[in-house]
Amino acid sequence: MTEPILSVSDLSVIFDIRPQGAWPWTKSLKLHAVSGVGFDLAPGECLGVVGESGSGKSTLARAIVGTIPSTGGKIIFNGTDLASMSPRDRRHHRRDVQMVFQDPLAALNPRMPVGDIIAEPLVTHYPDLPRKEVKSRVSEMMERVGLLPNLINRYPHEFSGGQCQRIGIARALVMQPKLLICDEPVSALDVSVQAQVINLLADLRRDMGLSMIFIAHDLSVVKHISDRIVVMYLGRLMETAKSRTLCTRPEHPYTQALIASVPIPDPVMEHARERPILEGELPSPLNPPSGCVFRTRCPKAQPSCADAQPPAEELGDGHRVACPFHAPAQVLAPV
Amino acid sequence: MVLPDKATADGLVQAAHLAEVRGRSLWADARIRFFRNKAAVGALIVLTLVAIFAFFGGFIAQYERDFVDFALMGANQTQGVPSIETGHYFGTDSSGRDLYARTVQGTRISLLVGIVGAGVAVIVGTLYGAVAGYFGGRIDSIMMRTVDVLMSIPFMFVLILMLVIFGRSILMLFIGIGLISWLDMARIARGQTLTIKNKEFVEAAVATGVAPMMIILRHIVPNLLGIVIVYATLLVPGMIITESFISFLGLGVQEPNTSLGALISAGASQMQYGVIWQLLFPLFFFIITLFAFFFVGDGLRDALDPKDR
Repeated sequence: MTEPILSVSDLSVIFDIRPQGAWPWTKSLKLHAVSGVGFDLAPGECLGVVGESGSGKSTLARAIVGTIPSTGGKIIFNGTDLASMSPRDRRHHRRDVQMVFQDPLAALNPRMPVGDIIAEPLVTHYPDLPRKEVKSRVSEMMERVGLLPNLINRYPHEFSGGQCQRIGIARALVMQPKLLICDEPVSALDVSVQAQVINLLADLRRDMGLSMIFIAHDLSVVKHISDRIVVMYLGRLMETAKSRTLCTRPEHPYTQALIASVPIPDPVMEHARERPILEGELPSPLNPPSGCVFRTRCPKAQPSCADAQPPAEELGDGHRVACPFHAPAQVLAPV
Repeated sequence: MVLPDKATADGLVQAAHLAEVRGRSLWADARIRFFRNKAAVGALIVLTLVAIFAFFGGFIAQYERDFVDFALMGANQTQGVPSIETGHYFGTDSSGRDLYARTVQGTRISLLVGIVGAGVAVIVGTLYGAVAGYFGGRIDSIMMRTVDVLMSIPFMFVLILMLVIFGRSILMLFIGIGLISWLDMARIARGQTLTIKNKEFVEAAVATGVAPMMIILRHIVPNLLGIVIVYATLLVPGMIITESFISFLGLGVQEPNTSLGALISAGASQMQYGVIWQLLFPLFFFIITLFAFFFVGDGLRDALDPKDR
């Protein structure tokens, strides 16, 4: 295997939560948004991250981009550890890691024309670049993401959601980054536009040789674009596998439940299949269950699950499962 | 826009390079909404006329503002009446000086005080509040507690003390009003910044690697301005009233300079002697200026209201 472009090991992000109306000397509560997450990303690879709301997917993305400080662990990008850098040093490394956001309109400054929005990374990192050059690069990028370059002076509120997301993608790619992190880039769009944006991302990734981390809670979307998928639950990794393997032969009970929850677009099959439906809600990350965090909702939970956090078990071909009672299950997955 | 196929795409792209479409910014939208508001536009016209009166009215004055017409001494009630023939358009004041020239000058001072006060509030208050709100944490606490402390000082008392100690001058008045006017603005700007800084476009800028001061200037302040402008137009009348109050007490602008407050004060002290115009002319300009500012402020608020977008 080639040298990974991004290597995350034992990453954790802990938020301090001050209880309402607390005394200044009371200890703040610790919210473990991400704990002990580790994975490698090969150049040109696309890694999907799935998990339900509140599982720490977005926090993971923000910790890698650096808008949220990480509490522990390493984020090694191209041989340098981003997590240990000071904010000032880190700013210079930002050009290689860019991000696409969930809400396309909220991610664009309503008072700026889109040309300026897309040009902002260029102007920030190359302040000496002549304006003509900036403009031509912006137009080129706009064409590349499927926007007419004559819209350069328009404002974000004059565009549709899909177009706004294209603007967001253009802004992220104008610096020709090596790694693109997409934080649920399509969940705010309607289905037909989702397909366009995903295909656009897939094309751009192929043409520009991008590595990508693609976050979504919709497994079918992630499966379409990713080479590998990691499944997160309450800030921890549950299972990592090639996307085909994960969708057809999931080992972790949580992954199985997740895949079973994806509806099949065939009423007969949908009705006939057996699905292990998860009871209850995601436990509070302020007070996670002991041992395996999934045990409170796991159909296979044993008393021993409460003792210690299960280590990730290697099953070969990069397939790793954090459950001692894992077993392959044939789950009818939408194709 | 999604390009359908290669040939059409090329054609479109070529057309696109020919004509760049001008976007309609939120400011342009707000301007259109503002001009649809009749009361606000009327007030803006009145305000423009008052400003023209204040800055160019002096050219048609027949007398200097400090020229005492001794011929009228003691006969103010009968001969100092406003009239075109004598050249005293607004009549004369109790000392026989031309009230027209004095009203022009008083209006100018009052407008200047209001605009300078609001200007200081906009520049200092907005930046201060945006910096405090954006950085948050300890910096925010220190900066905002400073504002609280300054606010708890009875400012009228301080202003009067300043005018007494350093002497009565327009400069002192400007400094005094500028010192206090930004406090409220800083609070408003900080509160707004707290909501704006959690928006994704600010996070996008952070992720891009834009420096914090640049984020404040490029992303936060333009999004604050809507509220800041509305508040500033409503602040101007407040400043004018403050100045008038100070002048009414006899502490503001020094003779022979005058301000609307001083003129109203002088007119009020003479009103029982049948020279009511000495009160009415300055009062008229005072009131229409205040009303116009309030209406313009209302119109701006409606035009810039984000919920209306």
